[in-house]
Amino acid sequence: MKNENLYNYILGVADNSLILGQRLGELCGHGPSLETDIACTNVSLDLFGQVRSYFQYAAEIAGEGKTEDDIAFLRREREYKNVLLVEQPNTDFGYTIVRQFLFDVYHLLFLEEMQKSQDKTLVAIAKKSIKEVSYHARFSTDWVKRLGDGSEESQQRIQKAVNSLWTYTDELFHQTEADKAMVEVGVAVDVTTLKDAYYTKVNSVLEIATIDIPESKWFQKGGKNGVHTEHLGYLLADMQYMQRSYPGMEW
Amino acid sequence: MTIPIIDKQLQLILEQVSDPEIPVLSIMEMGVVRAAQIINDIVEVVITPTYSGCPAMDVIGDDIKKALKDKGYEAKVKLVLSPAWTTDWITEKGRKALLDYGIAPPLEADADKDVLLGDKKLVCCPQCGSKNTKMISQFGSTACKAFFQCEDCLEPFDYFKCLK
Repeated sequence: MKNENLYNYILGVADNSLILGQRLGELCGHGPSLETDIACTNVSLDLFGQVRSYFQYAAEIAGEGKTEDDIAFLRREREYKNVLLVEQPNTDFGYTIVRQFLFDVYHLLFLEEMQKSQDKTLVAIAKKSIKEVSYHARFSTDWVKRLGDGSEESQQRIQKAVNSLWTYTDELFHQTEADKAMVEVGVAVDVTTLKDAYYTKVNSVLEIATIDIPESKWFQKGGKNGVHTEHLGYLLADMQYMQRSYPGMEW
Repeated sequence: MTIPIIDKQLQLILEQVSDPEIPVLSIMEMGVVRAAQIINDIVEVVITPTYSGCPAMDVIGDDIKKALKDKGYEAKVKLVLSPAWTTDWITEKGRKALLDYGIAPPLEADADKDVLLGDKKLVCCPQCGSKNTKMISQFGSTACKAFFQCEDCLEPFDYFKCLK
């Protein structure tokens, strides 16, 4: 492959949206209320749309007749490069919305920076996606505030979700070798520079939501290098089923 | 490329292609066609998605090819992301068609924010015209719409969200 680092970089970025989109898609028809159900699946659809743009670009770089579907459906677990945060299961709505919030804040900061990339295709995707992601962030932020500063039960659930998902936040700011190489040439976002702004934003929302910020300094990592939690395998089994059973099938 | 380059004879054909999710609106009024030109006997149509995940784009592409084929043209459809689509590209005629169809057209960006975040009553009910409306859900039947209800005539309706 001509530009393997760029290819791997794009996959790293896109896999976050792909896996989170799949998680949200699981709620189709199962959301806690009609409005939240529709909202979660709308967000899922936006993410899948963004993923298609990334994967079409990656397929072009890969050449040899590779398609966006090959990249989405025909990789093995260790070849997915998403952060551990996005593969965590839905559990309850508090958990789903905190996972979404913790990712949306990052996603928005990330896309703001990606608009400055030297790569024109990535800039175009960023400019398109940021409009959609600002809606996502608005939605998840509202719900974190509403449930956090809500009833005793909802407050407890949000606190519990924050406590258990917090350990996955630091990984958002880790860099792979491909990331570093792409930062060098001005293509990639240097995620390490987003960390302060991220925690400032997250903490300010949690404060309004009357949620305690976890003090733990120990964080999980591995997803970006393909080492995932046990949850991803099940998600992929579901997601890849059609392409594995009926290779090359189309709508 | 904010002003699309459209060949006049193609314009009339493309005006007949409707948005599959909002059939009263043509793709021209929607502002998704960014260029349409005849190059070496082949029509090249450039379209841009309203939302990244808009499932209507594939259908729109096929409909364009079919409409042009019916008039004897061979066509290629290209999808571009940049510049990103904005609700400003919906034409006046398009906004009117939305309203007649029962969808409140997008407000200006600031007003839109006041409505979606600040509970301000600025969206007019497409049925009775009252501004006494409230948002039911930020996300509606499609990615581009939010769900509202009129508190005077009680009709629920879609509001086309401002996208800039």
